[in-house]
Amino acid sequence: MLNFIDTVGEAVAGIKNGSTVMIGGFGNAGQPFELIDALLDCGATDLTVVNNNAGQGDQGLALLIKEGRVKKMICSFPRQSDSWHFDAKFRAGEIELELVPQGNLAERIRAAGAGIGGFFTPTGYGTMLAEGKETRILDGRGQVFETPIHADVALIKALTADGRGNLVYRKTARNFGPIMAAAAKHTIVQVSEIVPTGGLDPEVIVTPGIYVNSIVRVAAAAGKTESVA
Amino acid sequence: MSIQSNSQAGIQASDKPLGRDDLARLVARDIQPGSFVNLGIGQPTLVSNYLEPEQNITLHTENGMLGMGPEAAGDQIDGDLINAGKIPVTELPGASYFHHADSFAIMRGGHLDICVLGAFQVSARGDLANWHTGAPDAIPAVGGAMDLATGAKDVFVMMTLLTRDGVSKLVEACTYPLTGIGCVTRIYTDKAVFLTGLDGVQVRETFGCTLEELQAMVPVPLRAADPS
Repeated sequence: MLNFIDTVGEAVAGIKNGSTVMIGGFGNAGQPFELIDALLDCGATDLTVVNNNAGQGDQGLALLIKEGRVKKMICSFPRQSDSWHFDAKFRAGEIELELVPQGNLAERIRAAGAGIGGFFTPTGYGTMLAEGKETRILDGRGQVFETPIHADVALIKALTADGRGNLVYRKTARNFGPIMAAAAKHTIVQVSEIVPTGGLDPEVIVTPGIYVNSIVRVAAAAGKTESVA
Repeated sequence: MSIQSNSQAGIQASDKPLGRDDLARLVARDIQPGSFVNLGIGQPTLVSNYLEPEQNITLHTENGMLGMGPEAAGDQIDGDLINAGKIPVTELPGASYFHHADSFAIMRGGHLDICVLGAFQVSARGDLANWHTGAPDAIPAVGGAMDLATGAKDVFVMMTLLTRDGVSKLVEACTYPLTGIGCVTRIYTDKAVFLTGLDGVQVRETFGCTLEELQAMVPVPLRAADPS
């Protein structure tokens, strides 16, 4: 069931304490800041968050972590020059970390959306990130068994939606959007623009509307571009 | 920089160690025309400065793009167009965008010809350590390092041969946590280019030292590379 929702607050209102929430974005590109701000405002806590990073600076996911709302991060690259809120929580023992190689993270998310029960991958074989996991030699290569990552909710950002919830993205802001949309039970999308059904060329649609549950339009903020680190 | 051919000057290709830019120029020269290449964050990024248009190299960035152009400047800067180091970049004609699972399938599926990475240590059999010092107070972050090390057909490492304390980073066995096993095929350093494989470490060329002087710095057996 697809719903077009007026405000980001209403869009995230159903997120319950203890939920697993996938949040799209790689760095600031594709990060759904307005939906994250609304999640912060709605008060849901005890969350497990799946994202490539663990928040940067004093915005978005970083604030959710600062406010103690995240009990566990599943990510590939938590430590950055400006990940001070995660760093502080981690050193204080107040947040759990599941560190996953980036390609395994992406494929585990993809597997969840595709109904795959698990897969063997060479990435990580023989390293500390494979400790305790089942391994096999397949095609002459050591491979590690990895399991899907499912989520209750995905918060993602796309450029344009049509009346059926079909989505197109913009440049490298696509990143985790399509696979998270498929992996979550309930996918909430913020878009810059909504066009009538038929307004998107079916040949260029990246995420078919079947994966999308809620759409809220958030006007692109002028000048809100990636800060140059 | 003047790099002479091995046949004229023996294995010693220059009379002094190579600087970072000269090393990047050498790596760029060694990339076969038409290759699909991923350049890791840090020193490997310098290689892009020396790729010639006639080499027709396509750069991959793991956050989801083929056909990446140079770093963006001024009006070109677009928050939706960044590289794996989260630096704003540009797109070249013929570029394509794809989601993260596709991007890492490109890597894992063996479609990339070369990836160039930095390293803390490389072992004689090509094991790579480049993601974690293993220090008890370090917060680990792996990103795409393990995927890159495992997926590309050839993995080149760029690093200084010695640590600041003068210890060789080419080692018998890595003491830092591993990124990948037996994955590195070449090591480009300021003092020599090494070829790694199951039959030991070969030295393709040296910079500012003889093979004997190089051997004195490195704790694994070295031999001159077979003529190619």
